[in-house]
Amino acid sequence: MLLTDLLVDADEFATRTGWSVKPQGACKAEVCVPLPDDVRAPDGRLDASVIAGRLGMSLIRHDDQTLWALGPETAVTGRALTTAVAPDLTLPDVEGRPFTLSSLRGQKVVMVAWASW
Amino acid sequence: MWQELRTELHPRGVEIVTVALDVDAEQARPSIEAASADHPSLIDEAHVLDELFGVVNVPNAVWIDEDGVIVRPAEPAHPGRNPVTDSFKTMDLDTLPPDLAEVLREAQKIRTEPELYVAMIRDWAANGAASQYALTPDQVIARSRPRDLDGSAAAAHFELGQHLHRNGDHAAAIPHWREAHRLDPDNWTYRRNAWNFESPTSQSRTDAYDSSWFEDVKKIGAENYYPPLVP
Repeated sequence: MLLTDLLVDADEFATRTGWSVKPQGACKAEVCVPLPDDVRAPDGRLDASVIAGRLGMSLIRHDDQTLWALGPETAVTGRALTTAVAPDLTLPDVEGRPFTLSSLRGQKVVMVAWASW
Repeated sequence: MWQELRTELHPRGVEIVTVALDVDAEQARPSIEAASADHPSLIDEAHVLDELFGVVNVPNAVWIDEDGVIVRPAEPAHPGRNPVTDSFKTMDLDTLPPDLAEVLREAQKIRTEPELYVAMIRDWAANGAASQYALTPDQVIARSRPRDLDGSAAAAHFELGQHLHRNGDHAAAIPHWREAHRLDPDNWTYRRNAWNFESPTSQSRTDAYDSSWFEDVKKIGAENYYPPLVP
């Protein structure tokens, strides 16, 4: 997830990473990781470095600019998947129209990654 | 390539979603328009699928059941014979320039398992959760690829690189992509995407990277390029 500020909007964080911040901590489906109280700034945004530490996400800064990227979590399972529940991903088609994976509930889905290269 | 299977299986409750891991969506457009598919054809410029689902090469696929639960994590996914790799197998390599012949000799060893993979999907379509190929949540997590802090950092570097590239600073992307390659050497999508910008199609060695498709494939042996399916 790209960041231009180390304080992150909680909804944007949830959309991009699949982790929602709830009273019991950061949760992805059935998995919750407790967070310290100071994870939230007074304006409600989340401290990315605190979250990164708890979830085992690498936080990488680009040179001296105000641009960072937060990698995916490693702390719970040490594997690419923390839970078998699919994250609710929204991606655009080639015309830029968004498509949300959960709109296919009720069908079996084979999601195929390919590339032109 | 997936439309044929979609036509067969959509009446039986299976939808196909293809996702192009192209940093530049326009590079995927010709294939998408030629396929003119009935299924959703999406673009993932930031390789979110690597992060969220553990995709490491293409083609890779993930199965998601009717309730939104993953029942097979990312694995090689060939829906049929690949005309490109099949054509390597019948070429007379002695008639080609030696350097090209060397690449193709290695590429001939690439192994795909389209018959098994399609049989697995058909079985799941017919039997749902009772299919032997639909895994339990614990199996799905255990079979997803291992990830440590280096792997997480590689994803972050890849995303920084694609952001800088898309904003017109390709030179600034290269050091981040080099880092992504170093930190997650088993991820082919980061490397193939980066090589392709410097050396389209052949993904040969350039000054930008200390590697190339051929050198890296040869290191592991092309027969290991796609790991065998574990039904």
